[in-house]
Amino acid sequence: MLIRKPSDIAPSEITSPSAYRRRRTFLRRAVALGLAARLLPASAQSAAARKLPGRPGPFSTDEKPTPYKDVTTYNNFYEFGTSKSDPAIYAPEMKTRPWTVTVDGEVKRKGEFGIEDLLKLAPLEDRTYRHRCVEAWSMVIPWVGYPLAELIKRVEPTGNAKYVAYTTRLDPESMVGTRLPMLDWPYVEGLRMDEAMHPLALLTFGLYGEVLPNQNGAPLRVVVPWKYGFKSAKSIVKITFTEKQPRTAWNTAAPDEYGFYSNVNPNVDHPRWSQARERRIGEDGIFAPKRKTLMFNGYADEVAGLYSGMDLRKYF
Amino acid sequence: MWQPGRPQLATIKTVLFALCLAPFARLVWGVAYDALGANPVEAVTHSTGWWTLFLLCATLTVTPLRRLTGANWLLKLRRMLGLFAFFYVVLHFLTYVWLDQWFDVMAMAKDVLKRPYITVGFTGFLLLIPLAITSADSMRRRLGRSWQRLHRFVYLIAIFGVLHFWWLVKRDVTEPAIFALVLAGLLGARAVWALRQRGTRERAGSATLRVQPGRMM
Repeated sequence: MLIRKPSDIAPSEITSPSAYRRRRTFLRRAVALGLAARLLPASAQSAAARKLPGRPGPFSTDEKPTPYKDVTTYNNFYEFGTSKSDPAIYAPEMKTRPWTVTVDGEVKRKGEFGIEDLLKLAPLEDRTYRHRCVEAWSMVIPWVGYPLAELIKRVEPTGNAKYVAYTTRLDPESMVGTRLPMLDWPYVEGLRMDEAMHPLALLTFGLYGEVLPNQNGAPLRVVVPWKYGFKSAKSIVKITFTEKQPRTAWNTAAPDEYGFYSNVNPNVDHPRWSQARERRIGEDGIFAPKRKTLMFNGYADEVAGLYSGMDLRKYF
Repeated sequence: MWQPGRPQLATIKTVLFALCLAPFARLVWGVAYDALGANPVEAVTHSTGWWTLFLLCATLTVTPLRRLTGANWLLKLRRMLGLFAFFYVVLHFLTYVWLDQWFDVMAMAKDVLKRPYITVGFTGFLLLIPLAITSADSMRRRLGRSWQRLHRFVYLIAIFGVLHFWWLVKRDVTEPAIFALVLAGLLGARAVWALRQRGTRERAGSATLRVQPGRMM
């Protein structure tokens, strides 16, 4: 038997006719609000869109972070020119959406990963790392990302995968620097599998709690804090798992100056300059001496084990 | 050919002096107002080095320009250009010793011995010192012919300067290559003139059976 239940919506909850009639006003206001949002200064508008919060992650240093302005205007990104002020000028030309990363080589789950999916692959963490350039300057940068290992585990490398190579985008249209043969484009860097799986190696999407500016490697890059900066390739479009050690950009350009490993090592000089000391950008003023460079950039406790028994002068 | 009078020459010299000092003024201002970018020591090092090379090339441009245009009064500007080249190389050297190496004598000694770009740069700097010291008119008179022989070292110094620049850049040699081309032109012109002069002299010499020692400054 069907007994008609009283409606559980109280009459008072039903939209009153007067409110119903105001719907047009509401719509008009919404449109006006949307227009206002468009007319707001781009910076104020995008500030919210640029936010990329992470939860506190491990391995962070408590050293003073390098000012945002220095981190984003003093860059080596040869795809946009060889001067350190070039990337901040030319990199905004590059479109970072849509963006896909191809995973191939010795891996079970080959395929293309969209940037939006990659962002959600694992929880984002705030990690403040030291960054040491091969040119003997350094910074402290609050990155946002998750371990590279998270991605590697999900794509299931085969038993043959001994190395992982990652490739930077090559687009001569927007990357003015690639029109000259400064390096063997596209830019490829790589790690040994155990290095890539190390929890310090970070797949990075942001800095200072915001999405990466293009000159810092948007929309995603690798950060390997115990190696010289050029190993931390930017604007990645491909990740390849290989059995043989991959050909890498700087090693190909000058094999006697830039090794495949390129671990930060104050005891092994660059053939043309000393690596014993470094200048901390934004902190060591013009009249301050340089500071001592630390073995593995201060991450020896974490990573020295990866290289036990290896002659670090030979495998520089 | 136009020749500046005494007051005009004074004005030209004053303007040139101010122009040569401008890069230094910019650096002082930049240090005072922290306007030299993220790495001010690098900025000062590069700027002082660049202006040294520029002024060395400017010094070496005087003779070819004078020969091509007949504007002999240009010679009166050459010493100032040379002394400013020395001024900037001293700043460059002090930047290295003080701001970069922080008076670490051992580290610097190692640099000079081990790193070819520093070896040639340092040698060039040392060679420029006697030239600066002997730039006064009284010294020029006192040294006579050997003054000119001594000051021809500027060719070698400029070559060392360009080598220093070429060997230190990481990958992009565009700027040192431009300096090398300019310098090759300036020294090449002298070589061509010297060879031609020798040819003329030999023809003249075979007639008079006298060969004079060459001049090519």
